[in-house]
This record gives sequence, structure tokens and C-alpha cells, in this order.
Amino acid sequence: MTTNSPSKVHVTTTINGQQHELLVPPYMSLLDTLRELIGLTGTKEGCLDGNCGACTVSLDGRIVDSCLVLGAEVDGKNVDTVEGMATPEGLHPLQQAFLEEAALQCGICTPGILVAAKGLLDNEPSPSEGRIRHWLAGNLCRCTGYDKIVRAVQKASS
Amino acid sequence: MHPFAYVAPGTIDEAVAVLNEHGDRARPMAGGTDLIVKARANAWELDAVVDIKNIPELMSLSDNGDGLSIGAGVPCYQVYGNSDIAAGYPGIIDGASIIGGIQIQSRAGLGGNLCNAAPSADGICPLIVHSAVAKITNASGTREVAVEDFCTGPSQTVLNTGDLLVSIEVPKPAANSGAAYTRFTPRNEMDIAVAGVGVMVVLDSSGQNFESARIALSAVGPTPILASAAGDSLAGKPVNDETIAAAAALARDAASPITDMRGTVEQRKQLVEVLTGRMINKAVERARG
Amino acid sequence: MVETFEPKTDYKVVGTRPIRHDGYDKVTGRAIYGGDMKLPGLIWGVLVRSPHAHANIKSINTSAAEASEGVMAIVTGADMPEAPSKLVDLGEGNVNFKWASNKLMAGDKVLYHGHPVAAIAAVDRHHAEEAARKVVVEYEVLPSVTNVTDAMSDDAPVILPDLVGDDLGEEITNTNIAEHMRHEFGDVEAAFAAAAHTIEREYNMEMVHQGYIEPHNATAVWDEEDRIKIWTSTQGSFNARTQVAGILQIDVSRVKVTPLEIGGGFGGKIPIYLEPVAALLAKKSGRPVKMVMERSAVFETTGPTPGGRMVIKLGADANGILTAATADIWFEAGAYPGALIGPAAMCIYAPYEIANTRIDGWDVVVNKPKTAPYRAPGSPQVAFAMESAVNELCEEAGWDSLKFRMDNSSREGTRRGDGVLFGKVGMDEVLEATKASAHWNSPLGDASAGKKRGRGIASGYWFNIGLKSAANLAVVSDGTVILTEGSTDIGGSRVAMAMHVAEVLGIDAHDVRPSVVDTESVGFTDVTGGSRTTYATGYACWIAANNLVDELKKRVAILWDINEDDVDFNDGAFSSKAEAEKTIRFKELAGKLGDLGGPATSTGSVDLESAGDGFGLHIADVEIDTATGKTDVIRYTVVQDVGTAIHPSYVDGQLQGGAVQGIGWALNEEYYMTDDGVMANSSYLDYRMPTFLDLPMIGTEIVEVPNPLHPYGVRGVGETPICPPIGALANAIQNAIGTRLYNTPMNAGSILEALK
Repeated sequence: MTTNSPSKVHVTTTINGQQHELLVPPYMSLLDTLRELIGLTGTKEGCLDGNCGACTVSLDGRIVDSCLVLGAEVDGKNVDTVEGMATPEGLHPLQQAFLEEAALQCGICTPGILVAAKGLLDNEPSPSEGRIRHWLAGNLCRCTGYDKIVRAVQKASS
Repeated sequence: MHPFAYVAPGTIDEAVAVLNEHGDRARPMAGGTDLIVKARANAWELDAVVDIKNIPELMSLSDNGDGLSIGAGVPCYQVYGNSDIAAGYPGIIDGASIIGGIQIQSRAGLGGNLCNAAPSADGICPLIVHSAVAKITNASGTREVAVEDFCTGPSQTVLNTGDLLVSIEVPKPAANSGAAYTRFTPRNEMDIAVAGVGVMVVLDSSGQNFESARIALSAVGPTPILASAAGDSLAGKPVNDETIAAAAALARDAASPITDMRGTVEQRKQLVEVLTGRMINKAVERARG
Repeated sequence: MVETFEPKTDYKVVGTRPIRHDGYDKVTGRAIYGGDMKLPGLIWGVLVRSPHAHANIKSINTSAAEASEGVMAIVTGADMPEAPSKLVDLGEGNVNFKWASNKLMAGDKVLYHGHPVAAIAAVDRHHAEEAARKVVVEYEVLPSVTNVTDAMSDDAPVILPDLVGDDLGEEITNTNIAEHMRHEFGDVEAAFAAAAHTIEREYNMEMVHQGYIEPHNATAVWDEEDRIKIWTSTQGSFNARTQVAGILQIDVSRVKVTPLEIGGGFGGKIPIYLEPVAALLAKKSGRPVKMVMERSAVFETTGPTPGGRMVIKLGADANGILTAATADIWFEAGAYPGALIGPAAMCIYAPYEIANTRIDGWDVVVNKPKTAPYRAPGSPQVAFAMESAVNELCEEAGWDSLKFRMDNSSREGTRRGDGVLFGKVGMDEVLEATKASAHWNSPLGDASAGKKRGRGIASGYWFNIGLKSAANLAVVSDGTVILTEGSTDIGGSRVAMAMHVAEVLGIDAHDVRPSVVDTESVGFTDVTGGSRTTYATGYACWIAANNLVDELKKRVAILWDINEDDVDFNDGAFSSKAEAEKTIRFKELAGKLGDLGGPATSTGSVDLESAGDGFGLHIADVEIDTATGKTDVIRYTVVQDVGTAIHPSYVDGQLQGGAVQGIGWALNEEYYMTDDGVMANSSYLDYRMPTFLDLPMIGTEIVEVPNPLHPYGVRGVGETPICPPIGALANAIQNAIGTRLYNTPMNAGSILEALK
């Protein structure tokens, strides 16, 4: 099948705390690696050029657009996605706040925004409205007008 | 997207060897935020992508007292997240902190911004006004190119086959100096400059007169533009509305924009004049401390 | 005879804010959207698209693509069944199968940039994309037209040679004008002659896109029984079924559509784009085929709402009472007829009582993507023109624009621009709420140096549609109720459906478990569009719940051995009319049903005329940098009559989301076309939708004038809020800088131009 294609890259990576060993086509994005190779479809495709943030994941603790990362690059790194936010004990406070504040309508941008917001609160537990808006500017939402998302992040802030 | 091979060498020599082997069908990749987009759109058809992030020299960020050295692969967030650099080089931070959103800044860096050579690049004008130099290496040695000479056209640079940008060297700013950059965008973030202006001023010890100034413009020509006449016009002049307005008018003259979906010639020229005035004032404010 | 209802206030569930049932899957990433679909043996399809806006296809050579690694099927226009020219109502807009088929795969001519000319299926997306690059198409490029003025000029290229236009009932050929329609009432000429104040202005708007974040997608299986199974993101699974069957020319019963979660639509996911092509690729390859559209194609080939040109004339008497209005509107349909000028005509004068009115509308074909419904299709455009003209009239005559709106407001019995008379509407209540609102009564505040502030208001209207819905209920022995319905849930409608059932049965909203099911699991249900879902599907749920109560009364009668007519039901408990102390609650009864006649189920279905007229008014405060032309929206409030808010949080969300789409439309969004008919800004970078950082919090003032046509008083909510923002911002900008803008987008460049 891959006669014309360059050889796949052996990648050992930790995704949501679990180690995965993968053979990744060298041109495959981290987004497709998660969705197609591992089956983690919570991370969404919106634009494939880094302008909507729907594919946001955390890479070694920094939020990135996974459509603009190669799967081959994450060898030895930690990737965290929306699927890793809740624990057996329950939802992450952000997830709970999004439900209570009705901070999603269609929900397609929600995984990316949750991961991005977690990236903020992990380092800045009590951000201002302005800081929340600035941090999340890389995540487009077309349904909500952002109001309820800002409120939900504020609610989950300490 | 044409299927490319992925290599992540640990040394400059290995990287240069791969680049030489593939010629213009290989590209170095730092953050990938431009490269992957271009490869996906088939604007670039590549056989190999050379990930430079395992090369220590290209990932180093240091301020040794004589100046700032920014490795070609250092992402923006590391630059603006360093409090010493933020204090010493606020003009560079002005640019580094508005390239894309937080996700992009986790990956994209000033080195990539320079090599991508977009006329609208927000990272380049601050480097130009700081008189920064690009350190380039290849199989036969290392050379330095002033950042204002680096871009030769949209997406075109002085880099030849086998060349690798190692770092950007920013000299320590003079005493009583200040720098600032801003751009105009319709949205407040996640947007591309309609016009941008970077300014560096050096004041005399009284803080009332310009000793020298450099002004650079983005998105108003095929490359970022060093508006020398505008900057030079301030040398030896007092800091006042009149001298600043005169420099802003000269900056406007230096702009050679086009009309496109992001703005018209007239709008861009006006923005250059307005933003130049604002950035001179901001740079003066910073110079005065 | 249409049933009407008296308003109630003593609700137990309606008006509360339970967590949406589907929310848990959506915040954890478990929810399966169209693009997440996986099937055994799944392969990928991609489209080859035209680089030209208008061209004859001279030849298509697919041999290199066929030989490309991993390729399993190729489809071109030659593979498309010939669909007849037949108009079918899709609820919010019509579809002509002939045009709909041609739109998604060109025949011998491409009509817009990005028009599909071939499709490739291969083992994975990468290999399909690589093969698509190898298809060689030879074009003869034709001149293109991308605006209404050019398209109507005498020397314009005719885009659809077989289009027969309808000019006020007369057939015309060799034209790009698909329709010219008119509504006229009273004596317009005489009224203008007698008017003390008149104003006539022209407005121009660029096309804009719905901008949903989820790209179009489809997965198809064509099985050995010649049945097609589709999984997709759609606003209407039944209407998708109608379109697939019509385009592929097969019986509707041979198509099953399973709606997956949908990542936004706003009207743009009522038409289909990929499903029939995926099905044909599936047939040829014998494999399930999935397609996901690239973002640039979403902009270039789907969705937009018309731009166009509008001329409005208003006349008023010396007391500030509107006496006459005329409007001429030319809307771009895109490459095929259907610019939805009809709805525009229905909406344009709706907030006002005007005795003498005329509107003429032209539906004009241009070399751009076929327009699709976008949230109150046609209404935001005409609201921009009308609300701008109303304010300019007030400015010239020295009238207060809020008082003017109050003096001229629509009420029960007012005749709409198309002749329909209003029933019970809430425009007066909206105006009163505006006047009393905190925002209206707060000062604008001082602008910072170099900036100017302004405030503007504008009204907006959408008629809200009714149409058909169905719902099924089944009682579970633990006292919960399974609800299955056919309205795809874009914004939290499942919870609103469950609340309708819970209110009737006197149980908790979470004791009703709602599911959106496929086209073979529930009765026909029209699209999630037209602001009809909570109204019409909610109504069907209410009927189903009442039918369930009737069924359960029979079971209680068996339990107590009494006549079912002697069983009462109140507040979740059944009781005996004869013996008041004899009661059994719904939950307890549910556990006994096994011995009382077996499973209890019910259905409800509706076919409704209207979802109740929706009026709103927005207040916008802006601050403008006069040196750069940059506008910041610093405060914004939506006032709207929603009838009854079933779940106030999601009602709020509709008002806020609609307002923000309108703000984006007003300030920055546009199709920026090159001279050769290519959209230059087909990415989220250059198609500038508002980000988090571009907006303030969006205030809401929910006004509740219950709709007598719904058991709980619901009116359609979702579309009205996109109508006022453009006018409100135009009026705010005028108020700030003293100059009025007549074209959208009202971006920084045009403000600088206006300030010269």
C-alpha cells in the first residue's frame, strides 16, 4: 500500500496518561493521529489551518492546534485531549461549569475550548474576563456569542 | 499533501546534510504553523521535513548581557514568557505576543516568522528596528545577514539551498532607548496586519531629544520595510508633536502597499502614518522608563 | 380550526434550567459528530473542484487518478442520474432536484469556483487527495458575473441557458433573473404625495457565510439490497432523505438517514452537498465511503446568504406616523435560483404599521455558490436597510427614534408587507421593555482620547415556521420515559423536548430520556430551521405526552377496576373522581404496567401553520477610533419577545449567538471576490468572524408574550436575533461619527473613507 510513500515513523507517546506505541505516516497530523490511528475523535477538525482552535490539545502542558503538529513530532511527549479531562470520580470543574452555564450549543468547539481553558486555569486559577477572552481568542465558537463560555470559565475559576 | 519524510536530526550538520540532499524539496520546520499549512495546500511540495527542535543551538534563548540570542526554533511563548527579555526587549515582545493565538504561540517562533517572510509578519519589524542579525549556517560555514536584508519578496529570503537559520542575534539596546510595535487588524487577535509599524528610538540623556531612530513597516510592501528616511528624520530633533508627525508622514511615503481583501492602498498608508506616530510616542515613553 | 391556548404561569418544569441530556457526551468528547463516523471497511472520498467561476468542461481525464495508489472508485458528472426539474419544499426554502444535482457535480459546465467536477474514493483521505490532484480537466473559460448589477446587464453571460424566469407571472428566457415578485397594498403614490417627510436611500451588501465550525460531511453505504444508508450532519434527516432520493432518482423508502451530532448549521446544513456523491462512490467501490469537506470549500461552495442591492423609500406625516413605504431588492441567488426574496418581502416592514406599501424583489443568478438559508434568511438584509432608513428619517425630521418605533409599532391586526395580518404579537412589549431597560437608561459614557462613542437601536422580525413533527414516548418500568424524536439537536433542543413531556407528566426533566433518531425510527419531521423546533416538535411531544396520559388512564382503570372516564390526572398523579383519596403517582404506576396491559407507548404529530411571530430590538454601543476606523462594540443588549422561555439559558444563548453573528456580518464579514470570480478570503483567517476578544458580554431582556398557538406559549426564538444587529450598528456608527454607512461590511476601511 505505501510503496510510493516515505516510511512510517515509530512514535512512543503518552496520551491522557496512557502510553501508546504507533507507526505514524510522516505527513500525518497529530489531529489525524489521534482521530484515525487511536480513535480519539473528541478532538475536532474545523479548518486545518490553525484558525479555529477546534483541534486544540495540550502538548507537554502547552495548548497547540493539533492540525498543525505532526504525529511524528510527539515521540516521547505527553498529549492531553478532552477525553482525558474527566476522571472516574467525575467531570472536571470546567466540564461541570459548561453544563451548568449552558456554555455550549452545537458543541463542536467545546472540546477545544475546554482543553484551552484548562491550559489557562492550570497556570492562572483566577483569570479576569479580559484574560479569559485573550487566552481563548484562538478558539472560534459560532453559536454562543461567547458570553456563556466566559461565564463558565469564570465559574470554574477559583 | 505530497507525502514527505520526517527527520529530526540532533545536530546542525545532520540537518544541513538533509537539506542539501533534497534541495528545494526539503524545508526546516520549527513550529510548523506555516509549513504544514503550505504543504497541505500543496503550495510547497516537499520530500522531506527537517524538524529542528532537537538541535540544542536552535532551541537556545539567552541574554548574555551584550544582547539577546534567539534560537531559530524558539517558540514565541518562551520569548514573552521570559521576564528578563520582556523587561529588556518590550518591542520584540509586542510582536511575539500577537502572532496567532495562544495555540500558535506555543509552536511558532520568530525564526520561523522570519523565514516564512510574509510581508505582514509581526515578528520581523521589531527585529529590524533592534538592528538584529540573522545567523545562517551551511555546509561551508556561517554568515550573518541584517534582518532588514533577509526577506527579498513575499515568501522569499536570502536563504539558499542547504542554508539553515541558526539564531537571531539582537544587540543590547543603547541607553535611553525604547522600542514598540503595533499593527492594525480588524479583529483584536487571530488576524493578519493590514499595516504594522515598529519603532526604536534612542534619546539623549535629558530624554527630550532623539539621538537616533529606526522605523520599520509591515504589510505595506513585498517585504517588511526599513523606513530609513522616517527614522533618520528624528535624529537630533526634539521630541515633540511636530517632529513625530513629520517622521510619520515620511513613513507613509515609504509604504508601497497594494489593495487587497485586507485593505486598500489609501487605508494602509493612513494606518502607517497613524501607527508610526503612536509607536514613536510609545517608544519614547519606554525610553524614558 | 387552529387550536389556541390560554397563557399559564404555574409551571413546574417549563422555565427551569435542567442540564441538557446530551451535554455529558459533548463535554467529554464522546459525542459522535458526522466527521467521527467509523464503519468496518470505511474508505474516503474527496472532490475535484473547478478553479474557474464559469467555464465549459471540454474534457475530464481520470486515467492517472484511476492508476493512483489506493484508488477504489471515481465519479464524474456522467455518473449522476438525470434529475427532473421539480420544486420540492424543504421547510426553509425549496429545492429543485435538477439544480441540486448539478450543484454538487457539474455536467458540461461549471458555474462557480469550487464547483465539483469529479469525486475520488481511496483507501484513506491522503490517498484520495493525492489521486484527486491527478485528474486532468480541460476548461474553456467563460466570462463570469458575481454581483446582481453585472448579472442583469444586457451583455451579461447567461449562466443557466435553460432557466425560465418568472417576471411577475410572465415567462422570460435568456436571462439571469429567475424571479421578479411584487406585493402592493394601498395607494403608495398618493401616500407619498401627501407625506410631510420622505426619504429614499440605496443599500448594498456583500454575501456572508453561516460560518459553522463543523465542515460538511457524509458517510454512505449502498448495500446489496439497493438501499442507501447515510450518516451525516444535517439540520433535517428527513429532508436530507428527500434530497438524496430526488438527486439519485430512487424511491425515498430506499434511503435511510441517520443524523449524527451536528456542529452548527444556521440554515446552511439544510441543503446537502456530499451525500449523493458519497453514495455513488459507495456503490462503485462496494465500500462505505466517508467525505469531509475542506474549510476553503465550505466557504467557496456552500451556504452563503445573499448579498445584493436594496432601494428603500419611506414617507411619514407631520406627526411622525409612517404612511408609505416602497422597496426594491435585488438578491444574489448564487449559481441557481432561490435567493429567498419571499421571506425578505415578508419581513421588511413587519415591525411597523404602514398603510401603503409596495415591495419588488428580484432573484438573480450569479457565478457564486448557491445561497442557502442563513438564520432568518433575507430578513437581516432588509432590516439593515429599513432600520437605517427609519433612523435617517427620524434624524432629518428631528424625531426620537425609539418613540417613532413605538408610535408606528405592529400589533394584532397589522398587515405585513405580504398581506398577512398579525395575530397576538409582542412588538409593543419589546419596545416598552427597551425603554425600561438598564442599558437604554444608562449614559453612553465618555470615549477615550481619539475615539468617539455612539448608540444605536434597531428592530428585527422573523415569522417562524410550524410544519411537521413527530415524537414517540415509551414508559420504562422505573418511571422514566423514553422520548424519540426527529429534530436534529443543534443547540440544546433535546432538553426542551424532554421538558414539554415532563411538564405534562409531572415528572423531572431528567426522567425523560430524549433521543434524536433515524428516518426509520420516528415519523416525518421537518428541518431544525425556521425557529420551529421547540415550537413544533415540542408541540408534538406535548401531544404525545397527553396521549400517554390517556393511555395510562386506561391502565389505572384496570388497576382500580373503574371506568377510565372516572380517572383524573393532575400534577403527576392519577386519582379516582369518585374516591378522591385514591391516587397513584406516575412513577408508581410505571412499575405496575406489566400487569396492566403491557408496555405503554404513545405518539404525537403535528402539521402547523406558524410558530408565532418573533419581534426583537437591539441596543448597541460602539466606540470608534477615528484615526484607524476601528469599531469596538462596548455594550450590547438584546430585547426579544420569545413567547414563553422553556429553558431560559438556551433561549438566552440563541439571543446572544444570533446577535453576535449579526455583529460579525455588520462589521467585517464578507465574500471578497476577485475579478475572475474567486473568493479571495476563504479561510477563517481572512473571513473575519468575531473572536472571544472582539465582544462584550451580550445582555438579554427576555420578554414573554405567550403565543396562543402553542400549549405553553412558545414562539420561535433562534432567528429573530440576527435581524437587528446590522441596523443597530449602522445607527450606532452614525451616532458616533455623524456619518452614515449604506454598505456592508461597515469595516474600518469604509469608516475611514466616510470620515474623509
